[in-house]
Amino acid sequence: MTDTTGVWMYAVTDGTLAGDETEAASGVAGEQVRTVHEGGLTAVVGTVPLDDFGEAALARNLEDLDWLEKVARAHDSVVADLARHVSVVPLRLATVCLDDARVRALLAEHREQFSSALTLVTGRTEWGVKAFADRKTLTAAVAESDAGKAGSGSGTAYLLRRRAQLAAQESVERDAAARADEIHDRLLRTSAAGRRGAPTDPALSGSHEWMLLNGTYLVDDDRADEFRSVVEELGSRFPGIRLEMSGPWPPYSFAGAERISP
Amino acid sequence: MRYADGSVDEERRIALIDLLDRVLSGGVVITGDITLSIADIDLVRISLRALISSISTLSVPGIDAPVPRGAREGT
Repeated sequence: MTDTTGVWMYAVTDGTLAGDETEAASGVAGEQVRTVHEGGLTAVVGTVPLDDFGEAALARNLEDLDWLEKVARAHDSVVADLARHVSVVPLRLATVCLDDARVRALLAEHREQFSSALTLVTGRTEWGVKAFADRKTLTAAVAESDAGKAGSGSGTAYLLRRRAQLAAQESVERDAAARADEIHDRLLRTSAAGRRGAPTDPALSGSHEWMLLNGTYLVDDDRADEFRSVVEELGSRFPGIRLEMSGPWPPYSFAGAERISP
Repeated sequence: MRYADGSVDEERRIALIDLLDRVLSGGVVITGDITLSIADIDLVRISLRALISSISTLSVPGIDAPVPRGAREGT
């Protein structure tokens, strides 16, 4: 390394990496990805120019969406390719060290954290599940289930149904939140860990749908089919709620031991 | 990790927002020499500004939308 280059960190694995897993991979700067070993851990890294990836350059470049997208996709591509072969703990985007010695020091310093994260993610894969609600259908469904209790066919039933519709409009948000909680709880029971994130801002997602749940789940590989069918079942159980599954993802959301939630 | 065949194609269709959500706020956070990586909220906020300004460029040229507080860093 020289004063003009830094070391971009992609992921950490245990010592079992054969080496050919990274041969074809090119990284965020188009560089050949390589490995750095220390104490039974292997960091997958690349040498990058500080002109583009130094602190000041990063602060500037991360503001450029085209640049950010290119780098995010390259980073994810290296991590995801690696994850097909071995268990990996992905690093947060833009973790840059000045040289390999510093990378080795970090591996030694955070050995326990990396090891426990690797233990958590081994044999498991991250899946994203988002729930979107259609307010109109949801309101109608809530009204229908309330009015259903009153029987049908009479004028009284009609009035009750009308009243239920109006009440439903008021309570639909509460009902929707309860359904999102139920969906999340059910998905947690089929996964090793799960987290709920803040709903994606509609301005950013470009979607005007109402997001009820932005969850991410760490699922045992031998339960992946079961998880998928639970998602499908939940998606068809509630009228007006649509579930969207994304993945498989490298375990970004479960890389830090402090992120584990039962 | 086991990936089903064909997952690569699927991955290519990932919305950018999903990807950024994970690479900017997920992953293990350690102190690199370039400390942007531990400035958790700053990193997310910087990219959020990039996203917002690109969106506002598309819709209302020349006007920057404000960054919504807590839109992304909360988990």
